[in-house]
Amino acid sequence: MTDYQTFDHDVLVIGAGGAGLRAAIEAAAAGVTVGLTCKSLLGKAHTVMAEGGIAAALANVDDRDNWRVHFADTMRGGQYVNNWRMAELHAREAPERVRELEAWGAVFDRTPDGRILQRNFGGHRYPRLAHVGDRTGLELIRTLQDRAVHAGIDVHMECTVVTLLMDSGRVAGALAYDRERGRFRIFRARAVVLATGGVGRGYKITSNSWEYTGDGHALAYRAGADLIDMEYVQFHPTGMVWPPSVRGILVTEGVRGEGGILVNSEGRRFMFDDIPEAYRAQTADTEEEGWRYTQGDKNARRPPELLTRDHVARCIVGEIKAGRGTPHGGVLLDISWIAKRLPNAAEHIRRKLPSMYHQFKQLADIDITREPMEVGPTTHYIMGGVRVDADTQMSSVAGLFAAGECAAGINGANRLGGNSLSDLLVFGKRAGEHAARFAREWPSASVDSRQVEDASRQALAPFDRGSNGKNPYAIQEQIQEAMQNLVGIVRVEDEMRQALAEIDRLRTEAAQAGVVGHREYNAGWHTSIDLANLLLVSEAIARSAIERRESRGGHYRDDYPQKDPAFGRVSIAVRRGGDGEMQVVQEPIPPVPAELASIIEEMK
Amino acid sequence: MKATFRIWRGDGSGGVFKDYATDVAEGMVVLDAIHRIQAEQAPDLAVRWNCKAGKCGSCSAEINGSPRLMCMTRMNALKIDQPVTVEPMKAFPQLRDLVTDVSWNYRVKKTIKPFTPKPPDAADGTWRFEQRDADRVQEFRKCIECFLCQDVCHVLREHSLHEQFIGPRFLVYAAALEMHPLDAGDRVGDLEAAHGIGYCNITKCCTTVCPENITITDNAIIPLKERVVDRFYDPLGRLLRVIGVT
Repeated sequence: MTDYQTFDHDVLVIGAGGAGLRAAIEAAAAGVTVGLTCKSLLGKAHTVMAEGGIAAALANVDDRDNWRVHFADTMRGGQYVNNWRMAELHAREAPERVRELEAWGAVFDRTPDGRILQRNFGGHRYPRLAHVGDRTGLELIRTLQDRAVHAGIDVHMECTVVTLLMDSGRVAGALAYDRERGRFRIFRARAVVLATGGVGRGYKITSNSWEYTGDGHALAYRAGADLIDMEYVQFHPTGMVWPPSVRGILVTEGVRGEGGILVNSEGRRFMFDDIPEAYRAQTADTEEEGWRYTQGDKNARRPPELLTRDHVARCIVGEIKAGRGTPHGGVLLDISWIAKRLPNAAEHIRRKLPSMYHQFKQLADIDITREPMEVGPTTHYIMGGVRVDADTQMSSVAGLFAAGECAAGINGANRLGGNSLSDLLVFGKRAGEHAARFAREWPSASVDSRQVEDASRQALAPFDRGSNGKNPYAIQEQIQEAMQNLVGIVRVEDEMRQALAEIDRLRTEAAQAGVVGHREYNAGWHTSIDLANLLLVSEAIARSAIERRESRGGHYRDDYPQKDPAFGRVSIAVRRGGDGEMQVVQEPIPPVPAELASIIEEMK
Repeated sequence: MKATFRIWRGDGSGGVFKDYATDVAEGMVVLDAIHRIQAEQAPDLAVRWNCKAGKCGSCSAEINGSPRLMCMTRMNALKIDQPVTVEPMKAFPQLRDLVTDVSWNYRVKKTIKPFTPKPPDAADGTWRFEQRDADRVQEFRKCIECFLCQDVCHVLREHSLHEQFIGPRFLVYAAALEMHPLDAGDRVGDLEAAHGIGYCNITKCCTTVCPENITITDNAIIPLKERVVDRFYDPLGRLLRVIGVT
C-alpha cells in the first residue's frame, strides 16, 4: 500500500466545526492521541456562520430562567418528539459549557453589571442567548480553534473522508484524500467521532456552503448505523432573496430578537394572524406588548415574529402564495422602524447587528437602518441524523460516535435558534470524552487493505471516464432542483415519489460522472465524490418524509396537514438492509420519565 | 451581459492567464462568475471558498490587482468592458490556480502565547468586566482570517520575511490577547524579538484591505509598538527594572 500515507490516532474526529473541535479538545484532555480532519481550512466550518447566539440558561438577564425552562422550551419547540435525555443533558450542561468558553478566552457582550449578556430568540421563554453582536459563531469557533492548536491535536486540513474502515462490525478508521495533492490517507483509529454538520447542499436555496453534503450521515449509514428523524429539515424563515446570487444567505433571527417585524406587500404585520395554540399563552396580544418584550420588559410576552422557525417559515410561504409577497418572491423584514421608538436607532442597529448591516450594504445595496430587507425561507439545518446514545453519543456501531448537526435527537421536529451552538458544545464534549474512553478500553482494530483499495478505486473512477463522463456540477444541480421543488417546505406524497425516481435516475448519472485534469485541488473531482452522499441523504429525507403521514415541526405535508398523535409516539428510522436497499421503519419513542414530564406540563 | 475573466491557471512551477467569457447578471459577485466558469468551462479550476457571505475568509484573491474576498466583490464595482483579472494571493506559495498554501499562518499562530486567564474575580467563580472593556478586543476578534492583510504587507509580500515577522494578522491576534480584559499573559518580549514587530513601518496597507474594517495599524499595531518601546527602549524604565523597582 505504498500509495497511501498512514496516520495512527486513538481517536479520529471528522469535521472541525464547533462539535468536532470540542470533541477533539475533550479527547485530548483525556490523554489519548487525537487526529482531526476537516474538508476546509481550520476555522472555516459552518459554525462560523452562526449569528444569533448560544442558548444557555445562565439567568444573567432574567433570573426566572433555569435548565428546567430551557428543557421545556426545547421539547415544546421540537413538538415533543425529541430525545428527552439529550434535551435534559443539553439544558443542564449548556451554562457550564458557555462559562468554559469564557475561561478559554471568548469575549461575549456584557450586561451592565459585567456578566455575559443574553438576548431573546424564537421559542425561548427568557432572554437566553449568550452572544457577540451577530457573529457568535465566529467567536465560538475561534476560541475552540485557538484552544485546540495548543492541545496537541494533529489537524489534517482540507482532507475529506470517503469511507469509514470497518473491522468485524466496529470502526477501525477512515480513508480520506487531501485536496491539495489528491493523495489518499489512511487513518487508523480505535474510535471515530463524526462531526460533519448538515446536508444543506442538497437544496437549491440554502444557507449552507459546499461542504454540507451529508458526509457523516452517509458514512454512518454505510457503516451500518441508523439514521432517524431525517424528514425534519429546518427551513430558516429569513434568508436573503435578492439579488439572485445571494439567495439563501442567512439573515439572523437576532434581527427579530432586536425588534424587527415581518410585513407583507400590503404593509400588514401578518404574524399576528396565525398563532399556534401551544404558544398562544406566551405570545403578545398587541404590537406594543411585543415591542416591550424585545426591550427587556419582563411582564411582556414575545411578539409573534419570535415564534418557532417552522411556523414563521410557513407563514411567510403562505403570504407569498397568497400573492402578498414582494416582486422578488419574499416578504419584508423591517428593523428600521425602531427609529420611531429609540433615539439613535441607526447606531443601535449597527452595534447590535453589525454583520447584517454589512452584508446587506455590500451585497444588496440596502441600508437596513433605513429600509426593510427582503427575506424568504432558506434550507438551514437538519434535525435528523445519526441515532446516538444520549449520554455517550455513540451510534449503534461500536466505536462510532456522532455529535452536532449530524447526530439526531436533541431537536426533535424543529430546532430552536441558539440551541445548535450549545448542542455542539455539550455533545461535542460528551462525544470526545466517551470516544477517548472507548479508545482506552478497546484493543486496536485492524485495517482491511481490500476496503482501502476498493474505496480508492471507486473514488478515482471519474478520472477514467474523463470528458466522456457526465458533468458532476450538472448532476449536483439536478439533485438540488429535485429536493427544492419536490421535498421542500410543503410536501405531498406524489411529488416525493417523483423525487425518489429522480434520485434513482441521478444515481445512475452519478455513476457515470467524469472529470478532467489532475488530482491536485480539482473541484470537479471533489464534487463527483460528494454526489453519492448527497443522493443517499436525499433518499433518506424523501423516504422518511413519505413515511410520516402527518405534519409536525419542520415536516409539513399538504396531504396530511394535521398533527397525528400516533405519529407523535414514533421516530422514523432508516438503515441499510441486507440487500443494500434502504429500509424505513417506525420505532417507538421512549416515554418521558415522570419527573421530566411534570416539568413539561408545568411549563405548558 | 458578458464579461471576460482573465484567470491565473497554474501551480507552483508556473502558469498562465486564461480568458473565460461568461454571462453576468445583476447583483453577482466575482465568486459567482468563477463558479459559473467552473461549472461550464473549467471543471478543474481550483478555488477555495465556503460561506459566500464574507464571514469565513476563504476566498481571498487579487482582483484587478487588489487583495479582496471574491464573495464580497460585486460585479457592478468593476469595469467589465475590459477583462477582470483574478489571480491568487502573492505572499504565499502557489498551490493551484487561485489557491495558495496558507499553512504558514497556522504555524505562526501556534508560536503566540495562548490566552492565560487571571483568577476569577467574582464570588460565583466567573469574571466581571464591562462592555467598554470588551469593545476594544471585540474589534480585533472580528478577524475572519482571510489573510489579505498578510498578502498586502510588503514585509511579507516583497521581502518574504516570513521567518522574522508574524504579519498584521498575528499582531492583531496578539493585540486581542494583550488587551483582553481577563488575560494575564505577557507577549511584549516575544513581539519585540521572535515576532519582529519592528519590521512594521506603519504604511497601513493592511488596514486598507481588511474586509472587516479592523483598524489594524492604529488600534492594534501602534499600541503594541508603544508597549514594546516602553519596555525595551525607555531608558528610565530600563533602569527602574534593572534595580528592581518595577
